[in-house]
Amino acid sequence: MSRQSIELSTLDNTAVDLAAIGQSVLASGPEIIIIIAASVVLMLSLVPHPRQDQLLAGVSIFMILLAAGMSYALSDYTLSDNTKTAYAGMFVIDGFSTFFKVILYLGTILTVLMSASYFRNNGLNNNEQRKEGVVQGEYYALLLFALAGGMIMVSSTDLLLIYIGLELQALSIYVLTGFLKADTRSNEAALKYIILGAFSSGIFLYGMSLFYGLTGTTNLNDMTTALLTLDLSDPMLILATLFMLVGLLFKVGAVPFHMWVPDIYQGAPSPITAYMSVVPKAAAFAILIRIFMLDLAALQPIWLLNVAAISVLTMAMGSFVALVQTNIKRMLAYSSIAHAGFLLLGLVAGGEAGIASIMLYLLVYAFMTIGIFAVIILLNKGITAGEPIEDFSGLATNHPALAFMSLLFLFSLAGIPPTGGFFAKFYVLVALVDQGQIMLAVLAVLLSAVAAWFYIRIIMLMYVQPPALQSKVRSEIQLNLPIRTVLLVATIGTLLTGLLPAWFLALVAASMPLGLG
Amino acid sequence: MTALLIENVPILSIVIFLPAIAALLVPFLPGNNVVRWFTFTVLFVDFLLATWLLVIFDNSTAQMQFVENQPWVPSLGITYKLGIDGVSVLFLFLTSLLGWICVLASWTAIAKRLKEFMICLLAIQSLMLGVFCALDLLLFYVFWEAMLVPMYLMIGIWGGDDRIYAAFKFFLYTLAGSLIFLVGILVLYFAGGRTFDILALMEVTYDVDLQFWVFIAFLIAFAVKVPMVPVHTWLPDAHVQAPTAGSIILAGVLLKMGAYGFIRFSLPMLPDASHYFAPLMQGLSAVAIVYGGFLALAQQDIKKLIAYSSISHMGFITLGLFTFTTNGTTGAVIQMFNHGITTGALFLFIGLVYERTHSRDIPAYGGLLKSIPFYGIFFALFLLSSMAVPGTNGFIGEILVLSGTFGVNNWAATAGVLGALIGAAYILGIYRQMLLGPIQIPGSAKVWDLNSRELCCALPLLIFVFWLGFYPKPFLSILQPTLQHLLAQTLGAGS
Repeated sequence: MSRQSIELSTLDNTAVDLAAIGQSVLASGPEIIIIIAASVVLMLSLVPHPRQDQLLAGVSIFMILLAAGMSYALSDYTLSDNTKTAYAGMFVIDGFSTFFKVILYLGTILTVLMSASYFRNNGLNNNEQRKEGVVQGEYYALLLFALAGGMIMVSSTDLLLIYIGLELQALSIYVLTGFLKADTRSNEAALKYIILGAFSSGIFLYGMSLFYGLTGTTNLNDMTTALLTLDLSDPMLILATLFMLVGLLFKVGAVPFHMWVPDIYQGAPSPITAYMSVVPKAAAFAILIRIFMLDLAALQPIWLLNVAAISVLTMAMGSFVALVQTNIKRMLAYSSIAHAGFLLLGLVAGGEAGIASIMLYLLVYAFMTIGIFAVIILLNKGITAGEPIEDFSGLATNHPALAFMSLLFLFSLAGIPPTGGFFAKFYVLVALVDQGQIMLAVLAVLLSAVAAWFYIRIIMLMYVQPPALQSKVRSEIQLNLPIRTVLLVATIGTLLTGLLPAWFLALVAASMPLGLG
Repeated sequence: MTALLIENVPILSIVIFLPAIAALLVPFLPGNNVVRWFTFTVLFVDFLLATWLLVIFDNSTAQMQFVENQPWVPSLGITYKLGIDGVSVLFLFLTSLLGWICVLASWTAIAKRLKEFMICLLAIQSLMLGVFCALDLLLFYVFWEAMLVPMYLMIGIWGGDDRIYAAFKFFLYTLAGSLIFLVGILVLYFAGGRTFDILALMEVTYDVDLQFWVFIAFLIAFAVKVPMVPVHTWLPDAHVQAPTAGSIILAGVLLKMGAYGFIRFSLPMLPDASHYFAPLMQGLSAVAIVYGGFLALAQQDIKKLIAYSSISHMGFITLGLFTFTTNGTTGAVIQMFNHGITTGALFLFIGLVYERTHSRDIPAYGGLLKSIPFYGIFFALFLLSSMAVPGTNGFIGEILVLSGTFGVNNWAATAGVLGALIGAAYILGIYRQMLLGPIQIPGSAKVWDLNSRELCCALPLLIFVFWLGFYPKPFLSILQPTLQHLLAQTLGAGS
């Protein structure tokens, strides 16, 4: 049904149809709002203001909320030609994209809130950093551009548009990674990221061009039709599929395309690390789902075995290497690799349950990751690219509430009930076992047990060790309002997803893409 | 009449969540004494509720009682379903009894971070009670696994010198086992028609092949928890390092959960596999009985000795369960209850003397019967109960298990008798070394006899030692319908 209507709308667009353009603009309202917001923030940053950072953060959050409201309104809205697609079938505002946009909004708002705290903390005692106030407009503008890129990615049904979104997001994050100009590690991270990122984008683009050559279109819906006539054993098709897959696997940090993750996670400013592990990852998984599980699901025989192997390797690599890390950000980088591996299992499981499990997992992951990064930002004074794990020692003695929240986030990351992390993993396992992939499920749980070790090691540090050298610093922890909000949202999210998963599952089910199975 | 009274009251939920809700309030209480009394009161009220449940429990049926059923995650068929039968009501009672005893045992022993300790204790209580009441497999799993968290913290924060190693070992062993269990649960879920309802899953007859694999998955989890040889090595470490209350909970309730898992899941749901694996289980149990006993014989550290004796005693339980005879299973469940009472009491008494002398070295003690007579007498009685002297609870359990085993597996039964003999050797060893002989106190520390608080901990446990020893009928009659039903489920499908 939807395919026919797309063809119709393509026909309509041969003549310039003002109504269709209006509809398209309306459909992309949230993206337009965010881009306007980015421009406004950029201009506002030129105006001297005593509390400029607060103003910019406030404007950013307000505009994101506005976009979120618009997305909400659009989610129940059907465009005039009775479809959810716009821009000649390149853009869609289905429940699926709205769900991912919610994760993106959430991740960005929480990052903005954390950033205010982060830069204020760091600006206090570091001469170099005080200059950051001058360029903070760029920081927020770049965050908003990255958000817009992610939003375009999750909403597009055309490879070209996906690529534009991907690049908009990636370019913004390259700059954000190197935002600590005085810090060599931050610079190094940005440089590495841009080189490897460009490389992977190139591979992705190459896959796209091969697909275009094979099918004569970049529109995913048209490709679905074109695929029906193609031979799956065609080496060109296999190559095209694998190239596109590799490009995206790079973005989610799956083994063996994970090399960039630890360095960049460690080098980037902590709020950006949090942002990177939530927002671009969610967007990349949205693309993976849309391309490989929905529109081009017919390609499954080509990649299924590869992805299964990659997911196990990714979990193993992430879990085992994280065991020996002494830097919390680096450890969380490996943990994020391990989580990416678990998420890929949802891809292997496939079907509605597989998609739903990935969506739920990403939502839960956003809460718990941002939560733990908020704690890291609180503990992290001064500009150090790396934060030793020992910073956590004795936290329970001095800040019992903060320690308890960290405990929740860490147990959630480890997948212990009754937190959201357990339920997210559980749901992936349900989807896997439903497909009869029991061996994969066994491997996954065994590797989770390995991964649990490094999470509970931090808990042990917080609760057992006496506050070490950092005790002086510790007393300076300032729980200001923005960071309190972040912690509260993350805690509630982590707990609610674990205690009342039914709500979130209903939400996911309602956001299931149409035309599935 | 009683049915009317409780018709609309979610009594099991109240029993389970009362401690959890109290745990939320503890951080806001002023002063350590208030915290102690508050925790004690809550757990005592919980105990009274559980006792009341035991009293009004209907002995004539094997049906689940006090059932509550609410949807939790409807789209996956997960429910919040609670209910108790004869086995669970007994352990509900045991858990709530040990709960307030733990508070009394930690009254002065826990000096640092008392609030956090009590929060942990309350949380553990809630989760343990939840495990025994859950009638939904996933709900059971959530309680079962969440329990690791406070237990881990309890060993890790308030334990001995080597506590971190012990806590990690405990956590990772149990977690790895539990996660395999989770995969088994999921396989059962799909094979049983997408439901986690335990009663519904029991109705289904599973493919023998599937039973085989699921049994192994469940076995890994339960064997770690029991613990059975060869996955027992976490237990001595955890026991030695845990604070007294932690040891009591570990020995008293946590270890029972593995055996409870066999009773609740493996036997009724996977009868064919249970029969298939029965010789292996009996063999492992016999090994545990003898090997655990020998290990205990070699120990100087009293806590370690009792920990190894636990492995030996838990062997009797798994042995009895897998005989599939009335005597064997009844003996096993009675032995589970006994072991909770007796070993809980032994750890309590070790904790009491450790609090005075800070030594667990058996040869360093002597003549405690003379120097602190009340302590000595009580300790002696609990030791005798652990040795299964006739007239104490241990005797009833072991004799039932052994009588059930003879005829089914004579070798295992012989090993059981041998294990009982070794048990007598090491128990009498402690008795002679610590209680008799010239007075000897490690480090010449000042020792004092039991005070009234400590007597309050010891007396109820002692009552059950002799009650079960002389008149076990009330307990047996609670168990009988449930176990008959269990055996029918196991044998009916097993043939």
